[in-house]
Amino acid sequence: MIELSNLNIEFADFAVRDINLRVAEGEFFALLGPTGAGKTLVLEAIAGVASVTRGRITVRGKDVTGLPPEDRGIGIVYQDLGLFPHLNALDNIRYGLRYHRDADSRASQSERVDRLVELLGLNHLLKRSVHNLSGGEKQRIALARCLAVNPSLVLLDEPLSSLDVNKRDEVLMLLKDLHENLQTTFLMVTHEFSHVMFLAQRAAILNAGRLEQVGEVQDIFRKPRTRFVAEFVGMKNLWPATFERGTAQVNDLSIHLGERDTVGRQFVCIRPEHIRVTRDRPAAVNGNVIPATITSAWNVGPYCEVTAQSDGIEFRAFLTESVLPDIGLKRGMDAFVAFDPDAVHCL
Amino acid sequence: MIRSITPFYALAFSSSLVIAAFIVIPLLEMISQPSLGSLLETARDKDVLRSIWLSVYCAGMAAFIALILGTPLAYLLARRSFIGKKFVESLIDLPIMIPHPVIGIAILSLAGKGHWLGDLANMLGIRIMGSVTGIIVVLTYVGLPFYVNTVKAGFEAIPARMEHVSRSLGASLGQTFVRLTGPLAWRSMVVGMIMCAARAISEFGAVIIVAYHPMTAPVMIYERFTAYGLAYSQPVAVWLILVCLVLFLLLRIMSRPIKE
Repeated sequence: MIELSNLNIEFADFAVRDINLRVAEGEFFALLGPTGAGKTLVLEAIAGVASVTRGRITVRGKDVTGLPPEDRGIGIVYQDLGLFPHLNALDNIRYGLRYHRDADSRASQSERVDRLVELLGLNHLLKRSVHNLSGGEKQRIALARCLAVNPSLVLLDEPLSSLDVNKRDEVLMLLKDLHENLQTTFLMVTHEFSHVMFLAQRAAILNAGRLEQVGEVQDIFRKPRTRFVAEFVGMKNLWPATFERGTAQVNDLSIHLGERDTVGRQFVCIRPEHIRVTRDRPAAVNGNVIPATITSAWNVGPYCEVTAQSDGIEFRAFLTESVLPDIGLKRGMDAFVAFDPDAVHCL
Repeated sequence: MIRSITPFYALAFSSSLVIAAFIVIPLLEMISQPSLGSLLETARDKDVLRSIWLSVYCAGMAAFIALILGTPLAYLLARRSFIGKKFVESLIDLPIMIPHPVIGIAILSLAGKGHWLGDLANMLGIRIMGSVTGIIVVLTYVGLPFYVNTVKAGFEAIPARMEHVSRSLGASLGQTFVRLTGPLAWRSMVVGMIMCAARAISEFGAVIIVAYHPMTAPVMIYERFTAYGLAYSQPVAVWLILVCLVLFLLLRIMSRPIKE
């Protein structure tokens, strides 16, 4: 329903090049990338507030590339929300209604606003000044304002980054509920892969103005296609390797891969949560059991990060907090690193 | 609690005192010089009243013209990047730097016979030399930079993204200005008008060249000073200061942000 074809946005010192994307009707799509990758610029080009140098944007088959933002029917919610400070919450929500009366009767607009107010739990906030709202409340008002005009696409620019950690889960759930209830198409820009895994069906990874990978979120997570994407989605174990008959050779270490095609591959990578670290040789592992020395064991909140070295290669593993004291891993201790061949991804 | 005063704050405080004294003492001296009788007598002088009214009226008109013409320019400068923007900004600041008699001469040479603009103005019945129109033109010229710079800063303080959101909700650029940018920037517009009018009301050098008559208050003060001396010019100056003070105070109060 929304398609970007060879989209190019050029500035003197930065450019977004050759973006080709397709977002289906009703889909929750995520555009991921590090800070400065050009994500917000792509979002603003879709919204019509940034100029496109070359390429085409179509929405429901209509070319909107040359249309002003007000004629695109695309809503945008920025990271800083952009609530209008001189209006109260209800007037913010109703701001855009008057511009859509041709397509929408007053009655159906009121009905939609009432539904959004109900869905977002805004009843007690409507008369409040937007200055006196919490971050989460402001977020809900901004979403309601955007959805009140029934846009064909909602663009979300880092919707969670300005919130406290404890408010993020609340807004994540809210976005999930909104998408399930309204079946509106969402395109969210973020740099947090965990949020994408919770919300989106498909995603695209942008780096330095170019798309690195587009696909199902789980595919990107498990089978990144480039080194950048692998690192971005948290493949903390990534080494250059040579491949020969079901094994990858990393320095002097042989990693069993099982039966698979490795033609043209240059790297192996393993997610840290797929690596087990034990004091005794594990019996039931199919494939890779490597003696190693523990180089660090840190508690980083919800899990522990353990690093172990073998033949000049450093393995990084995430263990649950409860496991670490049980097995008593300490720096300098001999241990075993184990992982299935299926956990190894080749690039 | 005993706070130690650092040498830096001592220096800052001392220089503040010097500056405050430098500004206030001459004004206090002038205000306190005329007797109450002479002040009341001056207040009954129709020529004085007319000149003060003319100054206020012409400065007000200059501020109004700055509002109409300067607001779009200020918006453009605040929101757009274009080649030569710095040059345009420097041009706008130029009237602040040019000696004001030069401004008067420049305007007069444009409005005079033999220049196509002057001929066109004559044909349309617009007289610049020795007219209220001429005074308003001069005051607009000297006051405009103050308006444009103040309002430009006001627009810059409103996040452009807010306007983007407004447009994504269906409002055109004009509708966004009327419903969002304007209401958020009106205080800076009022302050800009105050700045413009304040500068305009005090203008003397350019006005005296373009229009000695009808006489604005600064020209009258100068005329009375040269013709009759200090004592005769001071009461007019005091009344001008008082009227301006009241007007500007009122405008400042009106444009004060409302507490939530």
